[in-house]
Amino acid sequence: MKLLVPVKRVIDYNVKPRVKADGTGVDLANVKMSMNPFDEIAVEEAIRLKEKGAATEIVVVSIGPAKAQETLRTALAMGADRAILVQTDDEVEPLAVAKILKKVVEEEAPGLVIMGKQAIDDDSNQTGQMLAALLGWGQGTFASKVEVNGDSVNVTREVDGGLETVKLNVPAVVTTDLRLNEPRYASLPNIMKAKSKPLATKAPADYGVDTAPRLKTLKVVEPAKRQAGVKVGSVDELIGKLKTLGVVA
Amino acid sequence: MKTLVLVEHDNGQVKDATLAAVTAASKLGEVHLLVAGQNVGGVAEQAAKIAGVQKVHVADDAAYAHGLAENVAPLAVDLMASHDAFVAPATTTGKNIAPRVAALLDVMQISDILSVESADTFTRPIYAGNAIATVQSSDAKKVITVRGTAFEKAAAEGGSGVVEAVSATGDTGLSSFVGAEVSANERPELTSAKIIVSGGRALGSGEAFHEYIEPLADKLGAAVGASRAAVDAGYVPNDYQVGQTGKIVAPEVYIAIGISGAIQHLAGIKDSKTIVAINKDEDAPIFQVADIGLVGDLFKIVPELTDKL
Ligand SMILES: Cc1cc2nc3c(=O)[nH]c(=O)nc-3n(C[C@H](O)[C@H](O)[C@H](O)COP(=O)(O)OP(=O)(O)OC[C@H]3O[C@@H](n4cnc5c(N)ncnc54)[C@H](O)[C@@H]3O)c2cc1C
Ligand SMILES: Nc1ncnc2c1ncn2[C@@H]1O[C@H](COP(=O)(O)O)[C@@H](O)[C@H]1O
Repeated sequence: MKLLVPVKRVIDYNVKPRVKADGTGVDLANVKMSMNPFDEIAVEEAIRLKEKGAATEIVVVSIGPAKAQETLRTALAMGADRAILVQTDDEVEPLAVAKILKKVVEEEAPGLVIMGKQAIDDDSNQTGQMLAALLGWGQGTFASKVEVNGDSVNVTREVDGGLETVKLNVPAVVTTDLRLNEPRYASLPNIMKAKSKPLATKAPADYGVDTAPRLKTLKVVEPAKRQAGVKVGSVDELIGKLKTLGVVA
Repeated sequence: MKTLVLVEHDNGQVKDATLAAVTAASKLGEVHLLVAGQNVGGVAEQAAKIAGVQKVHVADDAAYAHGLAENVAPLAVDLMASHDAFVAPATTTGKNIAPRVAALLDVMQISDILSVESADTFTRPIYAGNAIATVQSSDAKKVITVRGTAFEKAAAEGGSGVVEAVSATGDTGLSSFVGAEVSANERPELTSAKIIVSGGRALGSGEAFHEYIEPLADKLGAAVGASRAAVDAGYVPNDYQVGQTGKIVAPEVYIAIGISGAIQHLAGIKDSKTIVAINKDEDAPIFQVADIGLVGDLFKIVPELTDKL
């Protein structure tokens, strides 16, 4: 079974995003960029499935600027076999990403698409569900456990009330949550090896997908700032403050 | 405009998250609800009483018993032929189903809205809430998920919606429900609690979490939350996680104990009225947002606090 793993290049999760003064967006100039953390978890899960013998090949795909090559090379260094960059400098919304991924799926015919539940830049949490809908496949979102059993897959999902397990026909789409695994670091020899792994470059037009945005961003502002308050010196003082707030009698 | 709001329920009770979604929908136009489930006559009756609701569409079928997105989405899509906006709470249920509806309608979803500016313009948080975007949708129909803490809850009583049965769209057979592990919890729900006591990595073990965090929470009648680090380490179940990719909370008082205040955690607590932080590191980032801070060892401070309350 082949696995397809979509990965997005985003602001590194350790960087505090700054809103541009002109209100057009977040300043990404000279900011450290990395693979979306949930996508790292997806790559790791794919590698583990391959190591267990449940999968044969891992194809990673990214839709984004030329620099997204770096993200794909990271995935190859972790252990993916082959990469596809759908190169564009335009911002591509989840719906259009899902449409491009659908075409890639039709070409590659994977048994599972494993992707992140959420990109930490747009915080949309929708691309995987959209892809599953467009393909007419089942979806196992917010996965904390994935078990492949022949032509079905059991996915344990992190939901608001706890955990839930669903069984999906294969092929299916799985989106990862934080507890699924702990992604490995690529070793130096593997980083070197990744440089010679195949990376194909395409354009959205090759797939005949219209990426014109449906949402227009009118402005981007900073949220209301919270001010640091006071420090108290003792538990008694803390209780005093809580009393003034009416929290305790 | 006619809206269709996805009712979140457990086949017995309407969940609170629905009420904020109703408020958001009412800013767009007429409010219709969708109750999909099994043996949900009682849920439909409760839903019809929510203030401002005009109609409740009920689909009662085994295919909807577990709210599988693969089965609920086609039903919603059918109903969207006569509605203009699909509105769901931004809960794990809403987040699972709404994008599937959006894609089938060829609509770009607007996730996690904070406000309705006009019929096509909304604000939403991006970058872990470090930026707020105002976005305008050009799609003919809208698909929206609603951040519960950003809207008042509609009154659960006082409405008199008309209940109307709709025919089921059947089981797609793509997925089936295997089982659930519902975390047993007698405490208030995180997303609607007035007070929350949260613990972080500093607790060091599940036992310490029980021993230090829970008695304080119980004294205060508070809900219990946690940082990602505490969940990852297995001190508490996943549904305790507060933050960008966990639950968004907005209590009157949020007490963060042994939590450093990473941006992903702050994303989930920024709208709390008062933040109290207890941390032994006086430079911990949590103190930059805390209204009341106490520097010191939680293992000394928390028992004393619990005792004296
Ligand atoms: C994609 C992604 C999503 C994420 N989503 C979330 C999310 O939704 N929610 C979330 O919380 N995190 C999230 N995180 C993780 C986040 O970045 C932090 O790693 C996490 O919040 C840290 O948890 P913590 O504050 O408990 O641990 P730490 O950062 O290790 O902080 C522990 C704190 O305890 C203090 N301490 C230690 N001992 C004591 C003591 N005896 N008494 C008092 N204080 C003490 C220390 O000074 C320190 O400040 C996410 C990360 C990523 C990459
Ligand atoms: N431009 C992209 N290229 C590749 N994968 C993407 C892209 N955008 C989103 N994804 C995938 O979709 C997931 C969810 O993203 P989102 O719906 O934007 O929160 C991410 O974790 C990725 O796996």
